[in-house]
Amino acid sequence: MKNFNVNKDGFYGDFGGAFIPEMLFPNIDELQKNYIKISESKEFKKEFNQLLHDYVGRPTPLYYAKRLSEKFKTKIYLKREDLCHTGAHKINNTIGQILLAKKLGKKRIIAETGAGQHGVATATVCALMGVECVIYMGEVDISRQAPNVARMKMLGAKVRPATSGSKTLKDATNEAIRDWISNPVDTHYIIGSVVGPHPYPDMVARFQSVIGYETKKQLLKFENTENPTHVIACVGGGSNAAGLFYPFLNNKNVNIVCVEAAGKGVHSGESAATSILGTEGIIHGSKTLLMQTKDGQITEPYSISAGLDYPGIGPMHANLFRSKRGEFISIDDSDAMKWGLILSQMEGIIPAIETSHAFAVLDKMKFGKNDIIIFNCSGRGDKDLDTYINYFKL
Amino acid sequence: MNRINKVFNKKKNLLSIYFTAGFPGINDTLKIIKELDKSQVDMIEIGLPFSDPLADGPTIQKSSEKALSNGMTTNLLFDQLKDLRKISDIPVVIMGYFNPILQYGIEKFCSNCKDVGIDGLIIPDLPADIFKKNYKIIFEKYKLNMMFLITPQTSNERINLIDDLSKGFIYMVSSYSVTGAKDSFDKYQIEYFKRIKKLNLSNPLLIGFGISNKKTFQAACQNSNGAIIGSAYIKYIENHGVSKTQDFIKLIKD
Repeated sequence: MKNFNVNKDGFYGDFGGAFIPEMLFPNIDELQKNYIKISESKEFKKEFNQLLHDYVGRPTPLYYAKRLSEKFKTKIYLKREDLCHTGAHKINNTIGQILLAKKLGKKRIIAETGAGQHGVATATVCALMGVECVIYMGEVDISRQAPNVARMKMLGAKVRPATSGSKTLKDATNEAIRDWISNPVDTHYIIGSVVGPHPYPDMVARFQSVIGYETKKQLLKFENTENPTHVIACVGGGSNAAGLFYPFLNNKNVNIVCVEAAGKGVHSGESAATSILGTEGIIHGSKTLLMQTKDGQITEPYSISAGLDYPGIGPMHANLFRSKRGEFISIDDSDAMKWGLILSQMEGIIPAIETSHAFAVLDKMKFGKNDIIIFNCSGRGDKDLDTYINYFKL
Repeated sequence: MNRINKVFNKKKNLLSIYFTAGFPGINDTLKIIKELDKSQVDMIEIGLPFSDPLADGPTIQKSSEKALSNGMTTNLLFDQLKDLRKISDIPVVIMGYFNPILQYGIEKFCSNCKDVGIDGLIIPDLPADIFKKNYKIIFEKYKLNMMFLITPQTSNERINLIDDLSKGFIYMVSSYSVTGAKDSFDKYQIEYFKRIKKLNLSNPLLIGFGISNKKTFQAACQNSNGAIIGSAYIKYIENHGVSKTQDFIKLIKD
């Protein structure tokens, strides 16, 4: 059987690895040597699961979406990550990483953020643990995501603007990496997605895998099987998708569907559909598919959803794409926005715009009446209200 | 023996100057090399600009951004360098991030380097182990010296691996830091320089990151075979123009 999980060298097929400057070697080496040992220990698991239960509010419900199911004549379930504390799945990973950082004796946390969800989730766990927290955020994102900036500040984090390059997520990531180079001993870098040098993609996927494992257990009660026919999630860097897919990666009977942001159209020049527009290269220490010029300069993606406009995808997803294990579908801004409204009015759930992209595949794919489809309802729409208001003139 | 090894055999207290290709002007590459040649620097590092220079501080980031917006490309750089060896015999190294080299094609990149007379490469985000496993053969085929970095955190075991793989010199990063000019070294940095010196490595050592003036250059030379200056030179030519290169070098060396 083919393995779609990470191998011992930190690669998923051709993708992954740790292409890092020597200055980061000791930090990455320390993580590579310890992340499994620590996160698989009894003590860690107990603490992690306890916090996920008491603080994050897990398990999140698996919800049978009756009206949607009737309309599309199939069985549709939503894994309600939007009900996690802080409003998205991001906190599963930040809880895991802050516990890991504490075990490694780190005193200071840094993180990058695009839309601000990961920044808020990081600031939250730092407040919870009483640890110093610095969040890097592109100057452009700071001005368009003011409520999340305020949340981070209220939680006690310092928000530092990234002023280089395009002043968005990739530049915030560069700044966080530079901070880590300058503070290698006492600082842990909490990367928010399944990107970056090995072991980050695997480590983040493991912390997010609670999404998939809970789904299996919950589905058994509804359908008398642990295995759906389809698992569907939006992919920016890919952490919510990795979390849902994780237990199903090597089960060929479960179809994996990754939904990317097409922005204003895949070939409009303003898109984030990395699987179609990207080529193999290295971004933030990982070999993966990324959007770049033929000269290898990384280009700036676009999506109406700030959480999906990353110029790369995680190496796990790059491998799912190349090996054809996963089906990749791109959804443009207008279809995503339309589905934000449909989900709100048919199920009473206002999704994050990232999440809306995933649901839009219901218009693009055909499903049978016995299919069991799991959508990762990865985040709630509160943070996107301004965008919804402006778009629909609410 | 190539030019890098020769210059270390001949000289002490080497001064190597880094500049970003395409900055300040798109056609300044050869002008800068001529000026540096006239100023009698011992080695030149040409930075191949990259959109996301992770290990660089603000000065080199900005110069890279400007160079790219000026239109610098890998092809254009090789084109500009085709007369390199007509104008200078100084050892010249290209310093560039791995992704642009990967996109250009590693073999084609190495072959072009050899054709124009480049002596070696520094690729900061190509780790020594991955280089050894996957790429060493190609670089050796074109007789390009590879230089790797060490930092205050690099273990002795790893320094030995890097010493084995490096040909030319070891690039000793002066502190926990990205590139950028600083005024002086603290006692921990000096201790680190001394610790490495005692290892008696087979490659000579050049200290880089944070060298900006005569004082830091001399302190570096006391503990190594010389030093690399990048950000301070880039700032200088940005403010005073490429033609004032000799004045800058005098400030460091005299």
